Amino acid sequence: MRIKNTWISGLGIPLTSIFLGLLVGAIIMLLSGFDPISNYVNMFTGALGSANAIGEVLRSATPLMLTALGFAVANYAGFFNIGLAGQALVGWLASVAFANAFPGLPSILIIPGALIVAALAGAFWSGLAGYFRAYFGANEVITTIMLNYIALYATNAIVKAYMTVGDGDYSKMIPKAARLRTPFLEQLTQNSTFHYGIILSVLAVFFIAWLLKKTTLGFEIRAVGMSEDASRYAGMSPKRTIMASMLISGALCGLGGAMEGLGNFQNIIVNTALPSIGFDGMSVALLAAGSPIGILFAALLFGTLSIGGLNISIAATTPPEITSIVVASIIFFVGANYIIRYWFAKLRKPAKPTASTPVPPAATDTKEVHS
Amino acid sequence: MNLDTLLLTVISTSLVYSAPLIFTALGGTFSERSGIVNVGLEGIMVMGAFGSVVFNLKMGDTFGALTPWLGLLVGGAIGVLFSCIHAVATINWRTDHIISGTVLNLMAPALAVYLTKLIFDGRGQTDILQHPLATVTIPGLSAIPFIGHIFFTNTSLLAYLGIGVAILSWWVLKYTKFGLRLRSVGEHPEAADSLGISVYKYRYIGVLLSGFLGGIGGAVMAQSITLNFSATTIVGQGFMSLAALVFGKWHPIGAMGAAIFFGFAQSLAIIGKYVPVIASVPDVWFTIAPYLITIIVVVLFIGRSKAPAADGTTFIKSH
Repeated sequence: MRIKNTWISGLGIPLTSIFLGLLVGAIIMLLSGFDPISNYVNMFTGALGSANAIGEVLRSATPLMLTALGFAVANYAGFFNIGLAGQALVGWLASVAFANAFPGLPSILIIPGALIVAALAGAFWSGLAGYFRAYFGANEVITTIMLNYIALYATNAIVKAYMTVGDGDYSKMIPKAARLRTPFLEQLTQNSTFHYGIILSVLAVFFIAWLLKKTTLGFEIRAVGMSEDASRYAGMSPKRTIMASMLISGALCGLGGAMEGLGNFQNIIVNTALPSIGFDGMSVALLAAGSPIGILFAALLFGTLSIGGLNISIAATTPPEITSIVVASIIFFVGANYIIRYWFAKLRKPAKPTASTPVPPAATDTKEVHS
Repeated sequence: MNLDTLLLTVISTSLVYSAPLIFTALGGTFSERSGIVNVGLEGIMVMGAFGSVVFNLKMGDTFGALTPWLGLLVGGAIGVLFSCIHAVATINWRTDHIISGTVLNLMAPALAVYLTKLIFDGRGQTDILQHPLATVTIPGLSAIPFIGHIFFTNTSLLAYLGIGVAILSWWVLKYTKFGLRLRSVGEHPEAADSLGISVYKYRYIGVLLSGFLGGIGGAVMAQSITLNFSATTIVGQGFMSLAALVFGKWHPIGAMGAAIFFGFAQSLAIIGKYVPVIASVPDVWFTIAPYLITIIVVVLFIGRSKAPAADGTTFIKSH
């Protein structure tokens, strides 16, 4: 029998995975002579112990929700989008360029304008890969990886040539009207970088949840992802659907980039590497097993761990990399949910000594491709 | 710069930059031909680079000139250990191959830098290697007029070794019983299973070989190009190798050719500054040229590359 793994739902697996991931981190800390309890206490107080910390957690989760949704939408259509980072970067550039090009506009025009331009830029960048795949059969793994690097170097060249101030490696700040961070929010969160972008991210979560579950396009995206041949036989156009999912995916990533441009940094810098919101967004989507609502919580968890992780190295000598190890372990256990359910099943019903190994109930949750 | 020196520089830098990609892409080929998608090559390279650098720094005095070569094997061994995570997760625990591969990519830099800080008193970056893999002039072959000078002077011995391994891999996959069985579990595991071939065993071999060759790839990168280990030692070479493997249509010789092509394209960026006519072109065009050329070639000339039929699926043995 051959199976293609499908994404699961429910709360049991994520919570168990978080527990096991923290356990792995604790074991590694114990083996290397650090105190896991005090480190975890420092981590959670560093993430949730003050208004400033909570503001930072929410800020770091904001773009991740968007890039994670971008990964999930493409993935439902069977498209492996490794180009999240590049799409986010061109969105970041577009949002800052737009805001700086029209400094006189009021907030009501400049913010939507910058967001739309960012979404279009991201959609264009992913659309290239979608077009090459749909009409030339070019594998998206290659094209999106290559487009990532082109985005990085081209963006840097554009920033250096047209946008830097003096000898600096960064553009000038965007006009006040375009900023998503406001004095009110800074006052509320003890000068954190928290910004209004989170409203957009949360709206996007519900919009994508609705799109995937309740619309024809969402149904077609999922159908094409499950079987291109079957959906073509049913009268859908896989080419058009792939293009649509890829454009939505890139637009979301472009908006994620705009969160950095209009919210977090409020300018654009010459990046030495692709922005981390790309691969982190992929991690969040995998952590949430593709569910849009799950992405909301997974992004918050990811933000909590990464912001809290900074506090570990302030309070102790433990390297802060331990938090990435914990995050990777959590995703590992989410992915290996089959074995967790298998163990649960064994715990609940001690295995009887029979000749044949019992087939765990978990196996029924997976979709059979062949039998 | 005259033509002779120019060609020498182009070819030697192409080979130096393609060597890590050749090994890693070949590793990926074994894994994917057995049916296990491996997007974790980047992570495997990081661990291989880390292992080889630590070995090189700690044991350099003991082994002297032999150190970097042993470092390759150490990198390979660490790669095998690390790839066990992917093997167990995808083959036994039915994990989605992409998720498991992403976990490797996420885990490796964190784990390697964490361990680096433990080993080197809190520093996240190691010292420069005292025993790197230097370029060599191959005696005998370099004496051939013109060609000998261009291809075999100050060149990367490892790239030639990689080409040798690619030819060997092609022969093994195509003509040996082992190769046929490995391919069969990647194309149709049920059929292979019905003939008594252990799908699990061959998939394990495929993934562990990708760990070994990917680890060597990382070790080559660290010991011949970056010459130390830090979070920025491996930045995308694993993904480039993945692209080379798909570009080469899951064929060892194709993957090798694509890896050399990427190396050549990267060397253009370095050479461009020395050629009078094109030196006036802005740098950025040379930097993005490799990636742009790859897209153009893939879109216009390569078209659809087809993965092994059962690539990315989990096989469950019926009882």
